[in-house]
Amino acid sequence: MDYFLELFLGGLTRGSIYALIALGYTMVYGIIELINFAHGEIYMIGAFTALIVISVLTLMGMNTVAILVIAGVIAVIYSSAYGYTVEKIAYKPLRNAPRLSALISAIGMSLFLQNYVLLAQTSDFLPFPNLVPDFEFMEPYAHIIGSTEIVILLTTAVVMVLLTFLIKFTTIGKAMRAASQDKTMAMLVGINVNRVISVTFVVGSATAAIGGVLIASHVGMINFYIGFIAGIKAFVAAVLGGIGSIPGAVLGSFILGWTESFATGYVSSDYEDVFAFLFLVLILIFRPSGILGRTEKNKV
Amino acid sequence: MFAFDRIKKALLVSAWFMFLTFPILVIRINPVERIVEWRWINMLLIGVGSFFLSFVWHYFIRRKEMGARRAETGEESEAAPLAQRILKNKKIYRPALVVAGIFALCFPFIFSLYQTNIMISALIYVMLGLGLNIVVGLAGLLDLGYVAFYAVGAYAYALLNYHFGLTFWMVLPIGAGLGALFGILLGFPVLRLRGDYLAIVTLGFGEIIRIILENWNEFSFGPSGISNIPRPSLFGIDLSVHDATIYIYYVMIGLCLLTIFVVNRLQDSRIGRAWIALREDEIACQAMGIDKARTKLTAFALGATWAGMSGVVFAAKTTFVNPASFTIWESIIILCIVVLGGMGSIIGVIAGALVLILMPEYLRAFSEYRMLAFGVVLVVMMVFRPGGLIPNVRRIYTFKGATESGKGG
Amino acid sequence: MESVLKVQNLGMNFGGLRALDSVDLAVGRNEIVALIGPNGAGKTTFFNCVTGIYPPTEGDILIAVRGKGDLKRINGLKPNRVTEKGLARTFQNIRLFPHMTVLENVMIGRHCRMAAGILGAVLRGGSTVREEQSAVQESYAILEKMGLAPFVNDFAKNLPYGAQRRLEIARAMATEPFLLLLDEPAAGMNPYETKELDDLIQRVRHEEGIAILLIEHDMKLVMSLSDRICVVDYGRKIAQGTPDEIRNNPAVIKAYLGEEMDA
Ligand SMILES: Nc1ncnc2c1ncn2[C@@H]1O[C@H](COP(=O)(O)OP(=O)(O)O)[C@@H](O)[C@H]1O
Ligand SMILES: [Mg+2]
Repeated sequence: MDYFLELFLGGLTRGSIYALIALGYTMVYGIIELINFAHGEIYMIGAFTALIVISVLTLMGMNTVAILVIAGVIAVIYSSAYGYTVEKIAYKPLRNAPRLSALISAIGMSLFLQNYVLLAQTSDFLPFPNLVPDFEFMEPYAHIIGSTEIVILLTTAVVMVLLTFLIKFTTIGKAMRAASQDKTMAMLVGINVNRVISVTFVVGSATAAIGGVLIASHVGMINFYIGFIAGIKAFVAAVLGGIGSIPGAVLGSFILGWTESFATGYVSSDYEDVFAFLFLVLILIFRPSGILGRTEKNKV
Repeated sequence: MFAFDRIKKALLVSAWFMFLTFPILVIRINPVERIVEWRWINMLLIGVGSFFLSFVWHYFIRRKEMGARRAETGEESEAAPLAQRILKNKKIYRPALVVAGIFALCFPFIFSLYQTNIMISALIYVMLGLGLNIVVGLAGLLDLGYVAFYAVGAYAYALLNYHFGLTFWMVLPIGAGLGALFGILLGFPVLRLRGDYLAIVTLGFGEIIRIILENWNEFSFGPSGISNIPRPSLFGIDLSVHDATIYIYYVMIGLCLLTIFVVNRLQDSRIGRAWIALREDEIACQAMGIDKARTKLTAFALGATWAGMSGVVFAAKTTFVNPASFTIWESIIILCIVVLGGMGSIIGVIAGALVLILMPEYLRAFSEYRMLAFGVVLVVMMVFRPGGLIPNVRRIYTFKGATESGKGG
Repeated sequence: MESVLKVQNLGMNFGGLRALDSVDLAVGRNEIVALIGPNGAGKTTFFNCVTGIYPPTEGDILIAVRGKGDLKRINGLKPNRVTEKGLARTFQNIRLFPHMTVLENVMIGRHCRMAAGILGAVLRGGSTVREEQSAVQESYAILEKMGLAPFVNDFAKNLPYGAQRRLEIARAMATEPFLLLLDEPAAGMNPYETKELDDLIQRVRHEEGIAILLIEHDMKLVMSLSDRICVVDYGRKIAQGTPDEIRNNPAVIKAYLGEEMDA
């Protein structure tokens, strides 16, 4: 039973991280119908920036909680800046081009950012310090769930609530929803669609950065390649839940997290990554709109 | 006034990029030894570089926009690019073809074994590029798992030879057939998918094949792979390494010519037109009586056939296969070849393969930046020149008594 | 009269939206029927159901079997099969193949009347060559008829607007249909081009013996061309009859109130 619980909570943690990344995919897809292949790299850049800040601040001898907060904030700022810039360079000029072009451009961006970090830093795995202190009240449950996991779960929950608030109740959130329904219409009623798209990229990148920092301190290792697989899996989660739907992305992430956790725990860990892909193929064949997505027919 | 505005913008861009690249390019950390290295020179380079690139970017974006506006008002949308004009001029292009042919035939005798080996690699990529060109360039299906078919061919030769002693020439058609079979197997489930989902699913398929090869030790010998794969023999005579390499070179030249011949005939046929129509507008294509499923499957199968064949040659050339040769990046390099050369354009793809594979080999200093540059190529080509360096030219027909306009392409 | 298309009780839902509600419609051999109605009435959806692009929620679609008198149900057939059976259409928002030449666009229409496969294309045997040549000749003949001959080798995307609309018709004709469905063919045309289109459609009907079902907002064109007119509003058929009957039908006038009806 304990093993089951451990796997369950492990899946929940995984799922939370996927959710933080999947949100970016789903939001961007909702608005410009593009799989932002570079989104995983934004997450990786968030983790790297945090590691760099942590290293510098540690050498300066700052206290750990302060370091964690500062590193987190800077990571969020930088990831957002990268997300914003990527959109301006690689996607905006292709707004009216065939989808294939934008997709290839996104792949190019992903490849570029990976190798940019590889060349500027290193290809080796770097240790990422765990800055989350061990909470004393967690001691009795330490064999099931660690303090880092608790922090991950709580942070994810807070981010979800904030995001829901942003989209449901703020002006920009309403503009985002309008633009994702019908861009031309949104433009006609005076919404600055370019700005809405930029904001979407910034918000998506910021949540991805939070995910990046959290998972890095959870796993304890990062390199330039972590974004790619995590990105693909988060994308699978987004599709599973129904791309374009925010609750869908969260639901899909948890389902994927649990599947992986239980499958690797009870079956085999060799094929961990295969599960996600099999999942994806099956959903796309049997329910392409995902669990919560709306079925949509191409207007002719 | 205008120039001043531009300069101000360029300065802003430059400042933005200095900010953006600051942590990752300037600070290098080594957490193990707890060292932090500051590379301020990088910041300077980025600042100056992005200042100038901003002008270049702006210039090309403006040119593109003006081109689009001209096309909208129905004016001739730009003179045919230089490369195309050369290709159309028979006086230049016939002799050029002859020279290229003689050069290709003499290559192994002029250059060293090492060079010949590099050239064989390049030719394998030419073939892969032409195969993927059918799927992406003509049919418009973004297949990111193309390398899986390449792996199928390579492992087919390695395993069939290991277990049953089949020779290169026996496995070559088998590899092609297996490639086609896998192409159809992958094609079936993804038929209904839209373009971007197709990309992700094929990517997943490619990764699944690689992960299986890595983990299923009894079948594929796992990550260590299979070695001592024989090179092809000539009428049963075993050749020395030197002779075998030259032999493979000519085999590759032959296979490339075959590929070019087949793709060229296909693209101006009923099937080829159906592929292009599918790429251009799926719904109109169906409404004009084209069977979408069948057309997609033939594209997948035919594309995969060439990958299967190149895989066999690859295994014979390196005499060793392991899963590490078949990562997603390999698929993306092949995609890059097609995109740079020109989607749908045979000459473009050949040029793209030669440039992208040979350049890093000969400019060693550059090779470290290879993948970075490939990323840039993909983005820049899509933004500024989606047709590629040598865009596809459609066939021109002439009719008796008709005024020839001949602007198409 | 003998029908080539008979639609019975056709219904189509998009989620909660009822785009078509038990619509009946028949088109006779060699007849020109117009389908009119305000924007969003469901006219294009009707075309999409008939040509197999959307599977209708309910109802039957029957079309004539080539060379025989009887009708056959085509519900659930894929669009390409419907086209093979002899229905061809154009689109309201032009859907040409922009990076193919004008001739190639028409040759795509010939696709389902040709047979060459992969092997044929690669080996280029006698029958493939002959088939290809005759496809080129026939396509060119259609282009000449449509007044598009000067553009043969141009990319479709570079054609002037009116010519693009005509090219869509040419492409549809190349599939050898017995019924042609035209979705707002005169949209965006000037009066002169519309007049030309009028003549063209008349010629198609008389010379080729093709029946035509036409969606159109230009009432002058509708009134001059059609043998019968069918009016839909909010997915329902509200009237049907000869141009004169429709002109004076109170229900139609009401549906169009606020919209211009310049005839
Ligand atoms: N693919 C679709 N998905 C959802 N609603 C659709 C779709 N196609 C058409 N509709 C709706 O059906 C109604 C009829 O549309 P349409 O047939 O295009 O009208 P029109 O008579 O102007 O051609 C409209 O309200 C339209 O919004
Ligand atoms: Mg309509």
